[in-house]
Amino acid sequence: MILNPPATDATANAAAPDVKIKLRGVRKVFETKRGPFVALDSLTLDIPTGCFFMIVGPSGCGKTTLLRILAGLETHTEGTIEIGAPADGRPSNSMIFQGDSLFPWMTVWDNAAYGLAMRRLPKAEIKDRVGHYLNRTGLSRFSDLYPHQLSGGMRQRVSIARAFANDPDVLLMDEPFSALDEQNKVLLQEELLKIWEETRKTVLFITHSVDEAVTLGDRILVMTAHPGRAKADLIVPFERPRQVLELRARPAYGEFVFNIWGYLRDEVHRARAQDEASAQ
Amino acid sequence: MTDSIDKASTRAFAARSLRPRFAISRGNVDRLMNVASPLALLLLWEIAAYFGWIDVRFFPAPSKIFAEMMILIQNGQLWTHLVASLYRLFWGFIFGGAPALLLGISMGLSRTLRSIMEPLVAATYPIPKSAILPLILLIFGLGEASKIVMVAIGLFFPILINTTAGVLEIPKIHFDVARNFGASRLQTFMTIALPGAMPLIMTGVKLGVGMGLILIALAEMIGAKSGLGYMMWNAWEILSVETMYVGLIVIAALGVLFSLILNEVERFLVPWKQAR
Repeated sequence: MILNPPATDATANAAAPDVKIKLRGVRKVFETKRGPFVALDSLTLDIPTGCFFMIVGPSGCGKTTLLRILAGLETHTEGTIEIGAPADGRPSNSMIFQGDSLFPWMTVWDNAAYGLAMRRLPKAEIKDRVGHYLNRTGLSRFSDLYPHQLSGGMRQRVSIARAFANDPDVLLMDEPFSALDEQNKVLLQEELLKIWEETRKTVLFITHSVDEAVTLGDRILVMTAHPGRAKADLIVPFERPRQVLELRARPAYGEFVFNIWGYLRDEVHRARAQDEASAQ
Repeated sequence: MTDSIDKASTRAFAARSLRPRFAISRGNVDRLMNVASPLALLLLWEIAAYFGWIDVRFFPAPSKIFAEMMILIQNGQLWTHLVASLYRLFWGFIFGGAPALLLGISMGLSRTLRSIMEPLVAATYPIPKSAILPLILLIFGLGEASKIVMVAIGLFFPILINTTAGVLEIPKIHFDVARNFGASRLQTFMTIALPGAMPLIMTGVKLGVGMGLILIALAEMIGAKSGLGYMMWNAWEILSVETMYVGLIVIAALGVLFSLILNEVERFLVPWKQAR
């Protein structure tokens, strides 16, 4: 059990044995009306298998772009990306999107079963898995409802169930809790940790909340303001399984969060200066 | 303090308990009015015709129209014409609606197809459909085909335009989810584009069916030997004004019936929009 915060320059061992996602000099340039926009620059990173990997950075630092590239929704401009292929025909990744991504025309059940239905799995298997994850997210009773009949927190639980039920190799989470109120956020973080403990899949989780990063993650990558580069790569020194509120009450937690803010503060100020400059 | 609260609540209670004794609920009044106003108009019409206040050559008494309707039902004519019109409407609905739906969704999904088709649609849509009846008669002849084509054209545009708009209205995130979860093109079509566009598709179908009714009446007046439109045109030629009114009533009833049916269909196909 490590209770002391690590040294401020604690950098993760990049040569971890079992690497799931390997980025080398990844760069993404968007062509815009005002000329090329560098969203990501020379990003080099190894994410070990089974790691709950957090990326924190100021808004506009390209975190979402990175996730969308890994999800196959964007292409990168330069560099190489290697993602370990799943062994047995399982999907490589599933994304939990920011905001409302549930299909309003499908019931909770059909939303959660979406990935499995697209892969045309046997009905019995779909029933098993969807039933399991709806149960784990406390939604079994609501499986016949439509998304508009649910609260925001319940909707985000459905999209968590949808991603986990799909049984991907890697889970990509794009600020899934950012639209929720603080109480709901803590509850969902607890639930996410519990579900994750069952399978310990590789997770890449993006957030702008330092608290969320420290609460959930094994490792935290702090990114710079535009263009997005790696600024610091830190190991979170807290054991698992974790209790969100208990963890946050520890002095060591506060110190660790404070350390990360040290990295982030300059970047947040820079991001703000950039915003103000481009607004003129 | 407690005293004033008690008084206030007593007064409120009294007011509430008095109300049902003296007033019919607002909803019942509305329903009553809805039934009473057309009946009152019919009665007024009947009286006016009876006393010769209106010219019965143009506005025959409702009782006369009703009697004529009974005759037309008994001799089977009304049924024959009704079936002829429904037959054309049905096939027009299929031949106009199905391609409009397929093309509309494809246009919503494909930017390329949209830029090819949009100018064509924009150029042909404003042409009054009634104005192309002579051309359609020329091409498809006086048989069933020309009537079916007219209905199909009337349905095609509202359904096409609304379907495309319906697909374009689907938030991009839903297509991202489909892609991330490995949906094929066909699966995206069936699970995202079609259900997502369904609310506007239904709007298009309702508009289209209304247009179909207008056009079938018109087409049957000019180039047909059967159908409700023909029945009314023929009635003009033999000066049977009552029959004309029967035709009008039946077409109006069809319009009401179709919209009731379509509302039920919509409730079934778009359960996620009403259940609020």
